Amino acid sequence: MDIRRVESDPTDDERAAVDALLGPPSSAWDGGPRGSQRDAHVSHVGGRDTRALRDRLLPALQALQARVGWISEGGLGYVCDRLNVPPAEGWGVATFYALLATSPRPRRVVHVCDDIACKCAGADAVIAALESAAGPALHHAPHGSHVTVAGRGAWMRSPCLGMCDQAPAALVTDAGEHPRERLLGQVTADRLTDLLSGADPDRPAARPSVHQPSAQVQLLRRIGKVDPTSLDEYRATGGYRALERAIDMGPEAVIAEVTASKLVGRGGAAFPTGRKWEAVRAQPVRPHYLVCNADESEPGTFKDRVLMEGDPFALVEAMTIAGFATGCEQGYLYIRGEYPLAFEHMQHAIEQARRRRLLGGNILERGVFFDFEIRRGAGAYICGEETALFESIEGKRGEPRNKPPFPVNAGLFGKPTVVNNVETLANIPGIVLEGGAAFGAVGTPQSTGTRLFCVCGNVQRPGVYEAAFGTTVRTVLEMAGGLLSGRRLAAVLLGGAAGTFVRPDELDLKLTHEDTRAAATTLGSGVVMVIDDTIDLQDLVLRIAAFFRDESCGQCVPCRVGTVRQEEALHRIARSRTRGGLAMEVALLEDVGVAMRDASICGLGQTAYAAVESAIKRLRLYDPGDQVS
Amino acid sequence: MFGAGGGTSSFREVEETDVVLLWGSNARLAHPIWFHHLLKGIRNGARLYVIDPRRTESAQWADVWMGLHVGSDIALANTMAREIIHAGLADEQFIANATEGFDSYRAAVESYTLEFGELATGVPADVIREAALNFARADKAMVCWTLGITEHHNAVDNVLALINLALLTGHVGRWGCGCNPLRGQNNVQGGGDMGAIPNKLPGFQDIEQDAEARERIGRLWGVTIQPDNGYNLTQMLHAMSRRELTSLYVIGENPAQSDADLHHVQDALAGLDHLVVQEIVMTKTAEYAHVVLPAAATWCEGEGTVTNSERRVQRVKKVVEPPAGARDELWVMSEIARRLGHDWGTPTAEEVWNEFRAVAPHFAGGMSYARLEALGGIQWPCPDESHPGETFLHGRLWEVPRRGRPAPFSVVHHDPPVERPDSEFPLLLTTGRRLESFNTGVQTGGYASPLHNGESLDISPEDAAHLGIDDGDLVRIESRRGKVEAPARIDDGLRAGVVFMTLHFPDEVPTNLLTIDVSDPKSGTAEFKACAVRVVRVIPSTQVTPPLIGSARDTN
Repeated sequence: MDIRRVESDPTDDERAAVDALLGPPSSAWDGGPRGSQRDAHVSHVGGRDTRALRDRLLPALQALQARVGWISEGGLGYVCDRLNVPPAEGWGVATFYALLATSPRPRRVVHVCDDIACKCAGADAVIAALESAAGPALHHAPHGSHVTVAGRGAWMRSPCLGMCDQAPAALVTDAGEHPRERLLGQVTADRLTDLLSGADPDRPAARPSVHQPSAQVQLLRRIGKVDPTSLDEYRATGGYRALERAIDMGPEAVIAEVTASKLVGRGGAAFPTGRKWEAVRAQPVRPHYLVCNADESEPGTFKDRVLMEGDPFALVEAMTIAGFATGCEQGYLYIRGEYPLAFEHMQHAIEQARRRRLLGGNILERGVFFDFEIRRGAGAYICGEETALFESIEGKRGEPRNKPPFPVNAGLFGKPTVVNNVETLANIPGIVLEGGAAFGAVGTPQSTGTRLFCVCGNVQRPGVYEAAFGTTVRTVLEMAGGLLSGRRLAAVLLGGAAGTFVRPDELDLKLTHEDTRAAATTLGSGVVMVIDDTIDLQDLVLRIAAFFRDESCGQCVPCRVGTVRQEEALHRIARSRTRGGLAMEVALLEDVGVAMRDASICGLGQTAYAAVESAIKRLRLYDPGDQVS
Repeated sequence: MFGAGGGTSSFREVEETDVVLLWGSNARLAHPIWFHHLLKGIRNGARLYVIDPRRTESAQWADVWMGLHVGSDIALANTMAREIIHAGLADEQFIANATEGFDSYRAAVESYTLEFGELATGVPADVIREAALNFARADKAMVCWTLGITEHHNAVDNVLALINLALLTGHVGRWGCGCNPLRGQNNVQGGGDMGAIPNKLPGFQDIEQDAEARERIGRLWGVTIQPDNGYNLTQMLHAMSRRELTSLYVIGENPAQSDADLHHVQDALAGLDHLVVQEIVMTKTAEYAHVVLPAAATWCEGEGTVTNSERRVQRVKKVVEPPAGARDELWVMSEIARRLGHDWGTPTAEEVWNEFRAVAPHFAGGMSYARLEALGGIQWPCPDESHPGETFLHGRLWEVPRRGRPAPFSVVHHDPPVERPDSEFPLLLTTGRRLESFNTGVQTGGYASPLHNGESLDISPEDAAHLGIDDGDLVRIESRRGKVEAPARIDDGLRAGVVFMTLHFPDEVPTNLLTIDVSDPKSGTAEFKACAVRVVRVIPSTQVTPPLIGSARDTN
């Protein structure tokens, strides 16, 4: 492909890491040594078979990152040789993802969350103490720069790690021959300092923070009760009955029940699942793909992690049913890179299911074919956007596509694709077993079933809570034990960073799609973040703005420029150095926000102003009376 | 082929075909527009075989690159043919209905066993076999080639060997199939269409064979057309050397730098009694001229038509005035005619075109300027104004019973390059093009571009190591005919024994001082693709001044 090769050579470690994933090179034309007589006269590299390897690019870069802690020029060049990808494109992908480094890093890096939920849990104080004990954070060095790597470990600030129920949180990554990643909760500065000097990050048990009596829950009923590594226990608690039933019913009947259930997507967009499935099923183009979106990166959201860590076989079964119903034989589960335990449990569950012929060919000896593989994200919020996720799986920068065409027509690899969130799929076995009508009887007529709420922030018992649609904010707050003693409620953030703040006097809002829409707020990904009077709300808003600026993929101008302008204005307000007064800054925020909402390609830019807008209009956080400009 | 002087297929067809044999062509660099159509085909699922001694930029897109020895194309094609026949994949119905000479062809290729094929071409037998069978089994398949096929001493035989493959498998005369020489310029095809070749009248009417056409056209022109073929370029040069040809009128051609064995060419030009060069810029050839006629650049300063590789005749319109002193080429020619005693008046481009339509009515009768305009170009033949033009040629071969003459198989045999490497000149030099330059650089050398890296000797890592040459070292390349110096560039796409150069920078590196003056007796094309050279290092790269970006050529 008109490739100008990178001249640096890979180290033995780098070569080994890549070859472990891709196998040894087939010839001199894909990274092997020159000299064979055959290679002088034949190449099979560069055609369709080679182009089909493009989706191995991100896994190969991740293999380098895991082995040596960063992606060197020689390592990148070797990956590009192996996959016949132009080095410039490989570089474009390597520099897109936050968990991939293109300048040297120490073997151990501790990513310390400073995002909104962890802020509520005192992350700022932890980080300040860490800074004085261990020195400043490692910044993303300019790509390709030669920084000296001193000490055994370095720490970096991180956006939300999806451990909001155990905030403050940190992710420890150890590169090497046996790479290791640990997601840690309730970290302290002392613990982090120890980690930086090489302390063992002991394996945390799966700590599903579910505090509900199992009688009230459907989706969570096995979490914390059933060994997530045991297929036998899963089957003993009703597992795989739904798949058997689905095969008995046939695809059309399964889709009919899902449609009747009025199940809508739980990732945030609330699209009717039955309609999506039907649309893909009806596509004559083959193959169809199933993609489960487990790139749960919305700040404050951790429900999908809890489901995958605590009940992985349920997701395997649900994906198999979805694949069967929509005519997909191949699926992908895209798990965000910051979820090592969820990855391990899902990987284990897939292997077990394959071994028992519950995945792969001739499932349950009923002639059903379906299998899926896991792809891990590498630190990019935008990849939760479905088309960006496709791009990421395909081995490209995770930049969202213009729509149409919609995924049901042309999704992953340009083929009809069902893409569903983890929680959405978790509802499927119940719908198949109990029927769509029974499912629809729970909740409200327009918002059926139960919903997982990620209750976090300043509450007694943060965790995932399952409640029927129609439950009020107040009830959910009470389920989590209410506020800490002596605190006053300042605001509740619904839907995460892309959601909106609501006031303490709005707690009787019913959590349904229709009620939140009417109240100009959103359920989003189910975040209910409780913020009490000890928290600096403007600081929280600023963190949200910084998040969007950092996570904008930069592809479209409104978002790339708008998220920067928004954060700058909020900084000026925070430092009381407004231009033209507070009212002017607020007007600017409004202008920029509307431009982002109306003109951005994808949901990131379209919602980047939502929380800021609600802080302005709902919380009246920037009213002139409150602040001298 | 089969009486028509053009490629059989439309660009669109390469987007919808199943298998493409791209033979002796680095189209990715040398025919980038056509290659974009091929890329669409690849995206639509076409399987690409690139047959080239070098693993070129085009080969980097191929499902299979077959790196044959330079000049072993016929051996490869015949070996493939034998495999196809033995596998029972020859299209017997098509052969019976549409062709002649199959029995002698089959007998001729019988000796091209896989073992022989591998020995002669270097391409492993299993790869030859797989390519042959996939080509034959494809529903739609094409053979496309460029100068890697035609710049040999047996150019026509090479082409015939490829056409044989298409006839054998019935991959011709159908949508998505065919045989396509890719044209290197926007109007190479148009020159042939208009009769600017020594053996054809306008519309490819044969001078020697077609007495009716000579008579009819002679009547229209008011002259008697003599019934003998003229000289092709190579024959002209030889006639000049023999002093049989003493006057030459050169229009838009730069033989002083573009032809093989330049010392010979330049001597021939210098020996002419009278040389007239009509050009848009001052060229090396024009420096030998007695008279230089500054011409308008027809692609923007004049009116007319061009014909592209898919036989599509397109209008060219005047958009700017030529610089002072430069004249429209029609005016120049009419004025020369007038001074020689023939008053042609002052015809417009459209009037000339309409005369051509009258001279070649079956070919272009339906292509009025108005229709060319309305349809965005028309593919010939287009005999009348209700005819839409032909997307592909030779559909008649599929009619039962067949209309017209059968398409002949041709018996052709392996005939390696005339000059082969030996102990004195151990490397084989093959020549070609790069993306950023065009032919002798008359039109591309005059401006600076970051892509202009100047000329280099491309050499395999193995040969470079053997000769102690590093990337960028200045080296001297010597053949039996001359020597030039250029920086070396180590190219992974080359194997040991083969080196590569271009003709793009004739002022700095006159590559054609090295090439051999042997040519195909049937077409006159010279064997630019193969001569024996030796390479020695002159200066290590650390002492070489970086090459000029672009060359300082006066473009006015």
